[in-house]
Amino acid sequence: MTTLVLLDYDSLGIKQPSRSAVAAAAKLGDIHVLVTGKGIEAAAAAAAKLPGVSRVFVADGDDYANTLAETLAALLVAMAPNYTHLMAAATASGKNIMPRVAALLDSQPISDIAGVEDADTFIRPIYAGNALVTVKSSDPIKVITVRAASFDPVAGEGGSASIEPAPTVSLPGHSKFVSAELSKSERPELTAARIVVSGGRGMQNGENFKLLDPLADRLGAAVGASRAAVDAGFVPNDYQVGQTGKIVAPELYVAIGISGAIQHLAGMKDSKVIVAINKDEEAPIFQVADYGLVQDLFTALPELQAELEKA
Amino acid sequence: MKILVPVKRVVDYNVKVRVKADGTGVETAGVKMSMNPFDEIAIEEAVRLKEKGVATEIVAISIGVAACSETIRTALAMGADRGVLVETDMAVEPIAVAKMLKALVEKEQPQLVILGKQAIDDDMSATGQMLAALLGWPQGTFASKVAVENGGITVTREVDGGLETVALTLPAVVTTDLRLNEPRYASLPNIRKARKKPIETMKPADLGVDPTPRLTVLRVTEPPKRRAGQKVGSVAELVMKLRTEAKVI
Repeated sequence: MTTLVLLDYDSLGIKQPSRSAVAAAAKLGDIHVLVTGKGIEAAAAAAAKLPGVSRVFVADGDDYANTLAETLAALLVAMAPNYTHLMAAATASGKNIMPRVAALLDSQPISDIAGVEDADTFIRPIYAGNALVTVKSSDPIKVITVRAASFDPVAGEGGSASIEPAPTVSLPGHSKFVSAELSKSERPELTAARIVVSGGRGMQNGENFKLLDPLADRLGAAVGASRAAVDAGFVPNDYQVGQTGKIVAPELYVAIGISGAIQHLAGMKDSKVIVAINKDEEAPIFQVADYGLVQDLFTALPELQAELEKA
Repeated sequence: MKILVPVKRVVDYNVKVRVKADGTGVETAGVKMSMNPFDEIAIEEAVRLKEKGVATEIVAISIGVAACSETIRTALAMGADRGVLVETDMAVEPIAVAKMLKALVEKEQPQLVILGKQAIDDDMSATGQMLAALLGWPQGTFASKVAVENGGITVTREVDGGLETVALTLPAVVTTDLRLNEPRYASLPNIRKARKKPIETMKPADLGVDPTPRLTVLRVTEPPKRRAGQKVGSVAELVMKLRTEAKVI
């Protein structure tokens, strides 16, 4: 029984959600991994150091310069016969690619797993995390995306896997990458941050959202947002924490001016410590908060900043 | 061009679902049902393409119990031209849905299928990608902007770090993200008109698809409850507790 894990990486190494996917795969047996891109010797070397990984397959070249689902699915399907499980983190890219792979293998994908019971049986959240379903798959090759917040990532060092080229496959040409507009930020990524500071509709506008920046900088935190704040146009969608955005489980989650809609709670309720600041003491966010402060955020934020500076 | 839009009947997004005592699923009896919110966005986008003169016909499809015809009526009231109901009492998985949609695509010959990026009940986020795969079509998932031009379609996608734009040949599959548009409310005259629009009804077997699930549900449970903690009286107390009690800063 061997699992092939598709990895995401950046200049710092293998991304944390992918290392969580490797941790999920470690519950099943042998682990091989796949990295794709152009000029990715460093990523391949980083992948080879992941504990528990025995082989790294590398697809390096112009065809893989961008992560297109059509291309990656063709490659994964070609490699699939050697595996019992194919996995990726449930990131935007994993969610784009893996169901396509599954369909080509006539397999029902198992999305966003939060637990592994055995080789066929997995736990996943449904209804925005308001229920957990345990499912047993009858497909010979299981195609899985992994909820990173539910598995402690493996370390970045400790392994020594072999590195070899991925097979050459013929790739479809019906989609092409045009451009990317990625948010530039010095702050940690939302899904990897130890602390997340999120704002909601209570921030009132995009300009006020900037009030969260010094706080985030002081705490070394990522900045997130509720869907209400995204819908209102205060911040871009990649800030969104919730059922339809990112799932986070940091050590500290600070919810500011967020009421706590079900769909937002779905994205953050596994955080270790939750702080809520809201002037409405009836806000549902207080029902999940470890520390609740009923106060207007516009007076609380400067006070908080000042208090943290005291250290 | 013709556009197909599958729409799913789901527990309304405002309902707090409850797990059944016997652990077989969640309580749906007597619960308000609505069109999956992402599917409303899909219908809206199709209607806008029709208003721009890009689309000529919009077919709304729903797969599930007989009451899914209400979901189709909603789509028709928003501007879809006709409906197809594939009626089954089985809980249908994305793989079976994708196969049925593939059969309908072969029959209807659309240039574009627009789907919601995920259904808010099973949260699988799979059907659009699977349909594209089965058809051998390109896919533009999690779309925040769509432009049909020069015989192809350009899709701006919501990705983890921001936005990505891809160019796809037609025919293609697009799945909708939140910011693609704001769905309209159906007007009363349009709701009345929708009652006269045709809905064709068929069964999964008519499409040659066996909907037997691949995943057996062993149990459905409540997630571990998070207890409400304490209220603090001031910012100073909050910071002190985060430092000395929770030790997270």
